[in-house]
This record gives sequence, structure tokens and C-alpha cells, in this order.
Amino acid sequence: MQRAYQGRNRSTAIFLLLLAVFTLVVTLLSEGVGIGMVSTSFVKTLGKTLCLALVAISMDLVWGYAGILSLGHFAFFGLGGYMIGMWLMYERTREIVVTSLADAPIPPTAQEVSDAVANQIFGVVGTAEFPLIWTFADSLFAQLLLVVLVPGILAGVFGWLAFRSRVAGVYLSILTQAMTLALSLYLFQNDNGLRGNNGLSGLQNIPGLTEVPQALVSVWFFWGAAFALAAGYLLSVWVVSGKFGSVLRGIRDDEARVRFLGYPVEAYKLVLFAGTACLAGIAGALYYPQAGIINPAELAPIASIYLAVWVAIGGRGRLYGAVIGAGFVSLVSSWFTGGQAPDVPLGFYTIKWVDWWLVVLGLSFVLVTLFAPKGIGGLFDLLERRIAPDRHGADLGPDQGALREKEASE
Amino acid sequence: MKNLLLAVLAVAMSCTLLHAQEAPMQTILQEQSALILDNSRRTVAPAIAAVSDSGLPQAQDVLQAWQAKNLWQRSADRLFFRGEKVEGKTYALYDFDSGEVVGEAPSSELKQIKPNSGIRALIGSALVRFQLQDPDPKRRLAALTSVQRNPSAEVLPSLRESLAEESDPEILAMKQRAERLLTMAYDADEDQRIAAMSEMSGDLGVDVRATLNPMLSTRRAVFEGPPPDTLNIPETLVPGETIGVTEAYDTLVAANLVPARVTADEVRNALAEHIVGGTVGGVPVHRLDDPDIRLQAYAALAQEGKVPPAPDTAQIAQALAAHSFVKVYLEPSARVTDAASEALDTIALTVGANQTFDLILDGLSLTSIYFLAAIGLAITFGVMGVINMAHGEFIMMGAYTGYVVQQIVPNHTASILLAIPLAFAVTFAAGVLMERLVIRWLYNRPLETLLATFGVSIALQQLAKNIFGTQARPLTSPSWLDGAWVINDVVAISYIRIAIFVLAVFFLCVYLFIMRRTRLGLETRAVTQNPSMAASMGINLNKVNMMTFGLGSGIAGVAGVAIGLFAKVTSELGSDYIVQSFMTVVVGGVGNIWGTLAGAAMIGFLQKGIEWFNPSNTLAAQTFMIVFIIMFIQFRPRGIIALKGRAAGD
Amino acid sequence: MTTLLEVSGVSVSFDGFRAINNLSFQIGAAEMRAIIGPNGAGKTTFMDIVTGKTKPDEGRVIWGERSLSLLGLSEARIAREGVGRKFQKPTVFEDQSVQENLLMALKDRRGPFSVLFYRPQRAHLARVAELANEIGLSDQLRRKSGELSHGQKQWLEIGMLLAQEPRLLLVDEPAAGMTPAEREHTTSILVEAAKTRAVVVVEHDMEFVRRLGCKVTVLHEGSVLAEGSLDHVTANKEVIDVYLGR
Repeated sequence: MQRAYQGRNRSTAIFLLLLAVFTLVVTLLSEGVGIGMVSTSFVKTLGKTLCLALVAISMDLVWGYAGILSLGHFAFFGLGGYMIGMWLMYERTREIVVTSLADAPIPPTAQEVSDAVANQIFGVVGTAEFPLIWTFADSLFAQLLLVVLVPGILAGVFGWLAFRSRVAGVYLSILTQAMTLALSLYLFQNDNGLRGNNGLSGLQNIPGLTEVPQALVSVWFFWGAAFALAAGYLLSVWVVSGKFGSVLRGIRDDEARVRFLGYPVEAYKLVLFAGTACLAGIAGALYYPQAGIINPAELAPIASIYLAVWVAIGGRGRLYGAVIGAGFVSLVSSWFTGGQAPDVPLGFYTIKWVDWWLVVLGLSFVLVTLFAPKGIGGLFDLLERRIAPDRHGADLGPDQGALREKEASE
Repeated sequence: MKNLLLAVLAVAMSCTLLHAQEAPMQTILQEQSALILDNSRRTVAPAIAAVSDSGLPQAQDVLQAWQAKNLWQRSADRLFFRGEKVEGKTYALYDFDSGEVVGEAPSSELKQIKPNSGIRALIGSALVRFQLQDPDPKRRLAALTSVQRNPSAEVLPSLRESLAEESDPEILAMKQRAERLLTMAYDADEDQRIAAMSEMSGDLGVDVRATLNPMLSTRRAVFEGPPPDTLNIPETLVPGETIGVTEAYDTLVAANLVPARVTADEVRNALAEHIVGGTVGGVPVHRLDDPDIRLQAYAALAQEGKVPPAPDTAQIAQALAAHSFVKVYLEPSARVTDAASEALDTIALTVGANQTFDLILDGLSLTSIYFLAAIGLAITFGVMGVINMAHGEFIMMGAYTGYVVQQIVPNHTASILLAIPLAFAVTFAAGVLMERLVIRWLYNRPLETLLATFGVSIALQQLAKNIFGTQARPLTSPSWLDGAWVINDVVAISYIRIAIFVLAVFFLCVYLFIMRRTRLGLETRAVTQNPSMAASMGINLNKVNMMTFGLGSGIAGVAGVAIGLFAKVTSELGSDYIVQSFMTVVVGGVGNIWGTLAGAAMIGFLQKGIEWFNPSNTLAAQTFMIVFIIMFIQFRPRGIIALKGRAAGD
Repeated sequence: MTTLLEVSGVSVSFDGFRAINNLSFQIGAAEMRAIIGPNGAGKTTFMDIVTGKTKPDEGRVIWGERSLSLLGLSEARIAREGVGRKFQKPTVFEDQSVQENLLMALKDRRGPFSVLFYRPQRAHLARVAELANEIGLSDQLRRKSGELSHGQKQWLEIGMLLAQEPRLLLVDEPAAGMTPAEREHTTSILVEAAKTRAVVVVEHDMEFVRRLGCKVTVLHEGSVLAEGSLDHVTANKEVIDVYLGR
């Protein structure tokens, strides 16, 4: 009996093995646990990169597999960060307030503690009351639930509205971008209850772990991110390797045909869109405690476009491609923009990479789109001498105008 | 007694020394001398009135000297003079009646009259009468301005008196208006006031509202039992409903009718002060983290008399029930307040109508900005099906072109006239270049076009940052575009926005002309409808695509110059407009210029409309607008003006 | 004979052009029907209406024993009701293997969650193997369908249609681009299928229609011009005018 679906067992196994080795090596070299060759801040950078790889996987699921170019997945990532940030900031501030009030002659009432916490958190935006959306901020469990629910529900509502009116292709991309813009503009407002453009800060201080040095906390988060990436990768492999994945790729290649097979295409898109939004939220919840601060600029539309850039450069339609793209581009970017890259003196002008990196990135992105649509992942095909059929090679039909419409809905 | 004798003696002497006919002002001053020397705000009024009502031309001099502390009395003969310092402590003395110097004296032989500020203000009001009739129109105007700034009942008669004498029609109109306003506020006759109010109730001037509003100002009053009928009461306040319980009780406290509340903070501080051996009022300290237990402990302390007792809820309720809370108009007459609020209502209606008109103008100007920004996109996206994410950067390039031109050509008018075609040329070239290098390889792959042009957009934005820096560059409009066309106190529109409106209409016409009257337009429409058929008819697809893309990009460049005139030119200029531009095209309906216009109008008016509800928060307006658009797409997925049937595809 | 599909009084126009004009059409539960007509007669639009792709301006489309109206149902819902459609151009999922294509088409629950937890059972794989055998692609199961020849893609699509187990098959020019031997095979598959279900074939090729040996409906300008056996309709003067007049 043949296997029904060509699972990607080999690439999955290799990926997990590499991830395990990478985690082990970083752990052994870290300051917190190992010999200290890798600084704590770099451990954090690597941990954050793993989270970016996870959100890139979720982007690859919607775009690479189902053909929905979402320009909103980084917003879901940020929302996850905000949700966990609310608990971190509340709980941490409460600890500080309780400690400082312990010296008072009279023990504080619950109301006094809450008022003092609110004053600490919201003084910067000129109020001293907890907004309604902070109702569950005192409960880690509730906020962890919200990390998944808030992006999921937002994506669900948006997706339901968009998919049911058959908005697809570039229209959908633009609409998701508008959603992202609306969300970030909303978060920029000072009276929204999330501290406006100040964002949430001090997230690297984990409540209850004040005694633990950051060197150790960073390694723990690194492990957490690696575990989440492995789990997310396995989950995604499971989703795309079966019939569900087959239907998704069918939707990407010929949505109408899938519909005529009896599959409710809109429901599939919705499940995938909302599900990947949840995944993005989880990635964000792991990312921002390592970054230490989240503000609305993180959710700006440009961030979601960069996410698409990573996936495109890494190679969409294959999960490890997304991981490679996110890891490679974000690490290279931070190397160039961090000022570590040496300047290039041309005699009449010195190229400073801090200034020129984005120009190079933008142009190389154009080149990748034009000449290497499979991205870095395509190199692996060359290694395996696996040449896929050209999907676009079929005749274009009697009317080229019709084709344009059809392709637009891919 | 001795002083009185001396004063009587002085008056008697002055009568003998002076003849009233020869020195009328001095006579008046001597008559009022007691009041003048008394130097008290409460009693001095008759003296000022005597001078100012004397009808003498010298009166103004006297009052001015008096107000400026230049009025001196010679101790020897008790006569009043205007003193002017000569040198050291010697003063030249001018006689008011003759206006001539009558002598000099050291300050030790003189007594300076030093009116306090209250008196000086009274003198000032009396002086207004003279200033309002001053032969110099500038001084009349200055006096009128000061009347408008500090209106008071006292100046009203002077103002009315000056109306008859006024020769300058402009000043006369202003005076008449000021007279009406003062009548509304200060006339002794209620009917006069009410008549003035109904007369002015159609007026949009801010000054009318500023005069009417204080008439309706209220204070809060508390009475035991029902309030007296004599007061002009617009509203009775019910604790817990129209006034907060705490606020109501604090009003009672302020009126010294009840003992003060004790706040939670005061309770805590009082408890902290009275900790004795780990307990307060018999309660162990560690249990004080509960507000109820804190109150118990406090009550215990109050029983011991260590702290003032705190009224409990029942007492507060009882106190509130026993009193009535009302708002009272400061203006006692109900007829006047009714007329004032009626006049204000009428004005509010007129203002509302004008604000709506102003809002429409604002919306129109925003519409033309969005239309200008989106028209190029409508061509590339609508006609060619190409998503150009670098469109915003073309707008930015246009704006920077304008900036560079201004560095070379200093004359602003010339530089703008030069910048518009140059910006078109620059972005046209950039568009054609991009079409040749990138986009033509990606026709029929819209998502990849989107990504590739986004790459171009990142690169161009960073390039602009590297060349021009991150700080905003100014693009100054010519001086004839400064200022605004002011229609009335509510409606005004700046010339620059009118210019942008004209530019938008111009480009609409250009577009229509090109599409309907030129070979390029014909070919473009043919290519849009059926590319392979068009190609087989001998149309050069490459050329048409190149030209169309160039045209769309060129218009973006011109839009950039226009936008740069009122916004700051930065490398992010384009990205601020890109999402709105896409929204405009999508909402309007792809492939139709009227759709783009409708989309721009909808987004422009919507944004202004939402801003009107919450003017302080443009971010919220944009948020709501986008949410609205997402909802709108639900109902018309193909936009306002949609292509129907098979031609639209699926 | 029970009626499976009844289309009555249906009209639809695009920007003023009447593509379908007061069209009425019936087909039984196990019947083969060929639809012929010149270009622009409304054959494809008729299929679009039945499959839910195009909403008619007026008229009724009634389906099955329960007399369900197909108007207002989504394409996917109509497909699940048992309407299968084969397009003129072979549309298979070229990026996926033949087996994946067939498994996707295989009649089963279509909801996203049941599909998510779906793992192919032995019976399903056996059915796929059987279908592959029927369409002559047994050796190609693991190949990507994009690598197949044009004819093989046509076969695969027919196989996918059969896997759906529809009660009504709408087939648009099945024989286009096939060798005579392949046509023979296609004919036999369609005739076989028509024993248990309704089959509507749109075809230009009269020879192929003759071989099907079924009732023929002639469409012209969006409505039925003639109906009956092939010999009957080809003898009809109006039909001759329409075809020769072109």
C-alpha cells in the first residue's frame, strides 16, 4: 500500500534535529547556563528570532499554502504581545507597589493597591483608573487565553466579513493592510487603555522571578521559543500534509475548482486565517517578554509586509523556507543595521550599511521576486535535483483577459 | 476739628481768590477737593462725574492727569495743577483752564494725588467718553477696542453719546455693534436688552455669543427646604441623579451646613497617627486592610473624641434630603435669561448650518487631496491591473522635486510653476523605468507585483532618507496662496486648498481628455478590455503599458508637489497616503475614474464627518473610517461604481 | 421516470445582453442528454446557472425528490447536493499527485474540521486505485498531475468527477483534444455512468454525440430550439438554418 500523502517526514526530521542541536549549542555557550561565549542580549536576539520564525510559519500557511497574502499577521503577533504584556506589567507593578506599601503603618486595602498600580501604569497617559480591557490582567491564565483568543477572534470576524463577500487576491491584501493600519492607529491613541504610543514596558522583568538573573531568564525563554517553534512546526506539518493541506493548495491554485468539488472554500480560509492568527499571537507572546517593550509602532502595516518579505525570500509554500527566511533576513538585518557591518569606502563616498542596508534589502527583494520566486528554499530543490512542473506553463486559454482575473484570485 | 476748619477756610479763600468764570475747572476741582483728597474708590465717583459732566474741554486733560498720577495740589493755596517734572524734585505746574505754566515748585511744597487702581479704572471709564469722540480716528478706534475688551455698564451712555458725532462709517458700524452688545448686557431697561437680543440673534459673531453666554451663567445654591420664589432658577438638582451625592454633600459642607466628610485617605492618616501598641481604636493594625474595619476603628477613635466624627451614609442621606439644591442664574430677571437662551438657540442653529457648510468645504478639499493621490493609482491599478506599492514613493519623489527646484529657483511662484512639470517628468521617467525593469515581467501575477513594487518602495524611501536626511524639508507656497478666503466667522477656506481643488479638477479633465480623445487613450482602453485582441490589431502592448504606467506615476509626482505644499516633505510622505489611496480606488470601483472620484469623496467626507464628532482625535477618525470601509466592502465588494457582467470576470 | 433537475423559465442578461432567455429544461435521474448549439447559444451559461456560479434574473431551478431550489445556494453546497461539473479546459490541481487529486474529489465529508482530522482509510485508497484503473492512470498515481499529458489530465478530471459520485454530471466538451481510441473509452465511461445517474454532455462534435446515442437538446440564443433524437433534430429546418446560417 502506498502512502496516501507525500509527507515531508525527512525535512521535518532534519529540521527538528537542527533545531535541537542549535538549542543545545546556544545553551552551552550562553552566559546563564553554559560557558558564557554568547552574551545574554544575543541569546535574547536568537530567542526572538525563533519567535519570528514561528510567525513566519503562520504567514507561510496562509500565503504559501492557501494563497492568501495577509498583510495583517504581524498585527496578530503584536496583539499576542500586548495580551501577555498586560499581565506582565500589571503583576510586576503590583509586586513593586505591595513592597513599597508594606512599609506603611497601616496595611493597604485591596482598593488602595489597585489604585496605586493603576496610577503607576496609567499615570503616563494622564489617568489613574483601570480601563475595562484590563479586567483580566491580574490572571495569568486569562491573559494566556486572550493571547490566543484576541487575535483569533479579530481574525475570525475580519475573515468572516472578507471571505463571505468573496474578497480575494490583491483586494484582500489591501483590506488586511487597512485592518492593520486601523489597529495600529487605534493603539496609538492615548485613551485606548493600552497606554497609547508609550506601549507596555518592563516586560523583561518576569513577576515572581525577580531574583533570577536575566542571563538565566533569557535561556529559559530561548528554550520556550525553541519548543514553541518545534511544536508549531509539527502542527503545521500535520495540517498541511494531509487532505486539509491538499485542499488548501487546491484553493491556492484554483479556488473555483475546489468549490465545484463541494468544499466550502470560505470556511477553509476562515479556519486557516483565524488559526494562524492564534499561532501568530502565541509567537508574539513569547517574543515581547524577550524584547522588553511593545508599542503600537510594532504593529504598523510595514511590519506585516516585512513578514511577507521574509517568507518570500525564504521560499513560500514550504515550512522550512519560512523559518530560513525569518531567521536569515532578521539576523542579517540586525547585523547590518546594528552597525557591526564594516563600512565600504569608495573614495568619493563611504557606504554606511546602517543607511544603505534597506536599499539593498529592497532591491534584493525585487530580484528574488523576479528571478528566484522559490526563494532560498529553492536551493534545496537544486540539491535534490527535484524540479517541479511549471504550473504556469499550461496554455493561457483563448482570452488573456480572463486569465488575468483568474490569476488575480489566486 | 482743626482739619475741618482749615478746609472751610480753604474753600472760602479760593472763592475769594478765583472767579468762577475765569477758571471754571479749578472751581469744580475746589468744590470736589474733599472727595479728591479722600482718595477712596467708594466715595470718589461724584468728583469724577462732576469733572467729566462739566462740559468743559479741559475735562479730558484733568482726568488724564489724574489717572496718570500727574495731578498735584499746591500746599500753599490748595490749587490743583498738572505737574511735569523739570529736574530733580522740581515740577512745572500747568493750569488746567489756561493750559499755561503758572510756576515751578519743589515737590516738598506740593501734594501728589495718587489714585489707587480702583479709582484709576473709574477715571478710565469716564475718559472713554472723551476718547470715543476724539478727533483722531485711531484713538477712537483704540478706545472702542478697549470698550469691546472690557465692557462695562458705565461706558454705555458715553458710547451712545458718541454715535451721533461719529463721521467714519466703519467706526460707526463697529460702535453701533458694540452699543447693541452693551445694551444686551448692561442696559437698565429690560425691554431694551431683550429687544437688542432678538435683534442680534441671527448674528454669527463670536462676540455676540461671548456677550450672551455669561448672562446664562449660574451658581449652585443650597436651601433648607424649598428654594425661594424670588430667584431665577433654571434647574433643580436631585442628588444621585443630576448631581453626584458626594458633590451635593460637599456643597453643603462648603456652605457650613453640615460636618465635613472624612475621605478614605484622611481615615488612613488618622488611623496611622493613633496607633497605640499595635492597635487602633481596639482593632489590631494587621486587620486594617479592609475598608469596613478601618471605618469601625475610626468610629471607635471618634467615640474617644480623638478625631472628628465622620458622617455615615444615613446621616449624609438625611442631610441631602433636608436640603434643596438648585442652579441659580446670576442674572435675576427671568425674562432676560429666557430671551438670552432663545437668542443663543437661534444663533446655534445658524452656526450649525454654517458649520455644515464649512464641513462640506473641508470634505471637498480632503476629497481633492485623496483624489489627486489616488488618480495615478487608479490608472495603474484600475486600467492595468497592476498594484504599485511604490506609488506613495512617487508622490514623495514629486514633493522632493519641488523642494529641490525651490533651492535653485528662489522665486516661489516661478519655482512652483516649474516644479509641477518637472515633477511630472521625473516620476514619469521613474515609472517607465520601473515598468521596464520590474513590472512587465510580472504581468498576470498581481501578488508578486505587489511584493516587488514594495521592495522598490523600501529602497526608494531609504534612498530619500540617505539623500535628504530624516528631517522634514519645507516646500513653501507662493505668498498669493497664503491666507484664507474668510466668508464669515465660521466658514473659511485656505487658498492652498482651493488651488488643490482646482488641480484635482484639472487632472480629472486631463485624464478624461487622454482616455477619450487621444490615440493613447483609445489604445489603453483596448488593451484593458482585451489585450490579445488589441495586440492582433497592431497595438504595441509594451508601449501602451509603458505610457500608461508613466502617466499614472507622473500624476503621482504632481500630487506630491501639491501635498508637499501643505504637509511637510519627508521620506515617509508617500506611505502616509498609500493606504488611503488604495482604499479610494477599491471603494470607488476599479477601472473607472468616476469611481475613484466617488471613492475619494466618500473617504474624504467620511473622515471629516467623523472628525467633526470628535475633533480632538484624528487618529480615532482614521480608525473608524477604515473600519467603516471594511464594512462597506461587504455590501459592495466591487466598489461604488462596479463593472457588471462577464466583463468584470469573477 | 422521476425528474432530477427541472429548470423553468430562467433568464439572465449581462449588461443588457440576454444570454439565457426563458429557458426550460428537464432531466431524469438516470438519463443521458447531449446539448448542442452554436457559439453563444448559452450552453456554458446554462451550466453556470445550474452549478450556482451565475445567479439568474428570473426563473426556477428545482432539484431532486425534495424539490430543493438551487437558486441562492453556494457552489459548494450545490456540488455537495450531487452536481458534478467538468470544465472545457482540464482543470486539475497540477501541483498535486494524481492520488491527491482523486482523494480530494472522493465523496466524503467536506467540512474543514472533518477534513483536518481525515486520514485515508483502506477502503478509500482501494476506491482510488479502482478509479485510477478505470481511467488508465494506475501507474501514474504518485506523479504530479501537472506532468501528465493533456489527454491524461482530461481522464483525471473525469475520474475526479466519478469519485465525487454526483447524481448529475455536467460535462463540457469531454472529447476535445482526444485520440479516437480515447474518445471511445470516454464514450463508454459516460454511457456507463448514465445508467445510474443523469449526465449532461455539451459537445460540438456531432460524431461524438451520435455515438452517445441519447436525446439531444438544441440551444439557440438562450432558449431551447428543438429536442429529440439526433436524427430528429438534425432533420429540423430551424436547426439546419441556425447551424448553416452561421
